[in-house]
Amino acid sequence: MSLPSAYVTGAFEHPTRHAPDKSIAQLHAECALGAVADAGLSLGDIDGYFCAGDTPGASPLYMADYLNLKLRWLDGTESGGCSYLMHVAHAAAAIAAGQCNVALITLSGRPRSEGQATGTAPRAGNSSQADEPFETPYRPTIAGMYGMFAMRHMHEFGTTAEQLAWVKVSASRHAQHNPNALLRNVVTVEDVLASPVVCDGIRRLDCCVITDGGGAAILTRPEIARSLSRPLVRVAGTGHTMHTQNGGYIDAVRTGAAASGAAAFAEAGVTPRDIKYASVYDNFTIMVVMQLEDLGFCPKGQGGRFVAEGSLISGVGRLPWNTDGGGLCNNHPANRGGMTKLIEAVRQLRGEAHPAVQVKNCDIALAAGPGRVVGSGHGHATAVLVRE
Amino acid sequence: MTTPSMSDETLRSLTAAAPEIRPFWEAARRGELLLAHCTACNRPHWFPRVVCPLCGSRDIEWREACGRGTVYSVSVARRATPPYALAYVTLDEGPTMLTNIVDCDVDGIAIGQKVKVVFKDRPGALPAPMFTPA
Ligand SMILES: [Zn+2]
Repeated sequence: MSLPSAYVTGAFEHPTRHAPDKSIAQLHAECALGAVADAGLSLGDIDGYFCAGDTPGASPLYMADYLNLKLRWLDGTESGGCSYLMHVAHAAAAIAAGQCNVALITLSGRPRSEGQATGTAPRAGNSSQADEPFETPYRPTIAGMYGMFAMRHMHEFGTTAEQLAWVKVSASRHAQHNPNALLRNVVTVEDVLASPVVCDGIRRLDCCVITDGGGAAILTRPEIARSLSRPLVRVAGTGHTMHTQNGGYIDAVRTGAAASGAAAFAEAGVTPRDIKYASVYDNFTIMVVMQLEDLGFCPKGQGGRFVAEGSLISGVGRLPWNTDGGGLCNNHPANRGGMTKLIEAVRQLRGEAHPAVQVKNCDIALAAGPGRVVGSGHGHATAVLVRE
Repeated sequence: MTTPSMSDETLRSLTAAAPEIRPFWEAARRGELLLAHCTACNRPHWFPRVVCPLCGSRDIEWREACGRGTVYSVSVARRATPPYALAYVTLDEGPTMLTNIVDCDVDGIAIGQKVKVVFKDRPGALPAPMFTPA
């Protein structure tokens, strides 16, 4: 596209995974400070702020006041875990349109300290949502919803629990090198299969971790990016969508990645074959399989075969994936995976991933993920990033 | 099929957030499963709305479903006491709905299985359409 591009000049993942002594606002502030320091900027340089429902007040206003930001552009787009990848698109558009020069995106939360049973507690209803009486009575846990996706995928395509287990195995092989990862033990397919069944289709080790913490990113105009000392990581293409329940005519084995990925690839002018590294949101192993298919890394229904035998392990397989250990082993702050996906993609493009997992000549990377589960609907966002 | 007893006053109170779909719950109280059917595109949808999500028409009428369907997917919550079956059921009329499969051995439920609706009385709450093997 002809509009001026935006560059990711700052990225910061909070090292904590358990923060009972910090407020959510403090965690946001520490993430913001970490990202501006990484970029070589200061809080006073920020003129655009992007955040989602995890912020105090579920609005950009509170943290903007806490940090005393002097803003020209505010965006509180809330789409669950993929909000931050949508924010990348929105920040790039705002920068291209001249609405801001330095955009800050933050995410933080502390579900671990608060003792949330994220995946297995029945979802709380919201009476303003017209479908609430058509969900709440059935006790649809997040694990139960993804369990139904897994069972249907197995039914339609012959996907196996062993294939899903390879996703977790791959994440654990990466997490062993990440000193901040919550789970650093390497696990085997047998370990995953031996873990307790949470609900049909989902074993305990198919589930991501529950962690406190957060992350932040800075996007800037090209001339500001070039004035800084960080490697140049350009936002080459973005896409997002809402994969609706389609009025009840659902397809539970397909995700919004088909739409958001196609848009991001088209804008970037690349194909899945060009991607050297992929961050793909791994709330549950089945969701990685479905997204890889829908992003076009393999034909629909072949995702189980694609991820087996180490295809996602850096240095071993054809598609190095979630080299920080992902949500399955490293970090899932605020129960939202989009920010950490962005951050590890930036590390890979900069050559700053752990040497044991760094992809050689990593010049094109992807970050993708879903957000929220409503019935079988969810938001989805994809970003393609390139190193210049 | 049970006929849950719920006073008009309670039903009005529980449906205050979405009064336009009250006919669905009044029928549910009688043990009838209604579908919001669009007469413009001649298709029912789920969950019920008064604007058709398939074509945008507001020409919606309530029609009673036959109450039969097929299990689209199912996942039994194994850590719950007792375990329960979360499911999608595709109604014979077309739409797929989130539900539970009840009054049966949860280990015996399979994708593709034929099921029929049963309304479950829930104390202080709206009666929920669930399904049991047909
Ligand atoms: Zn219609």
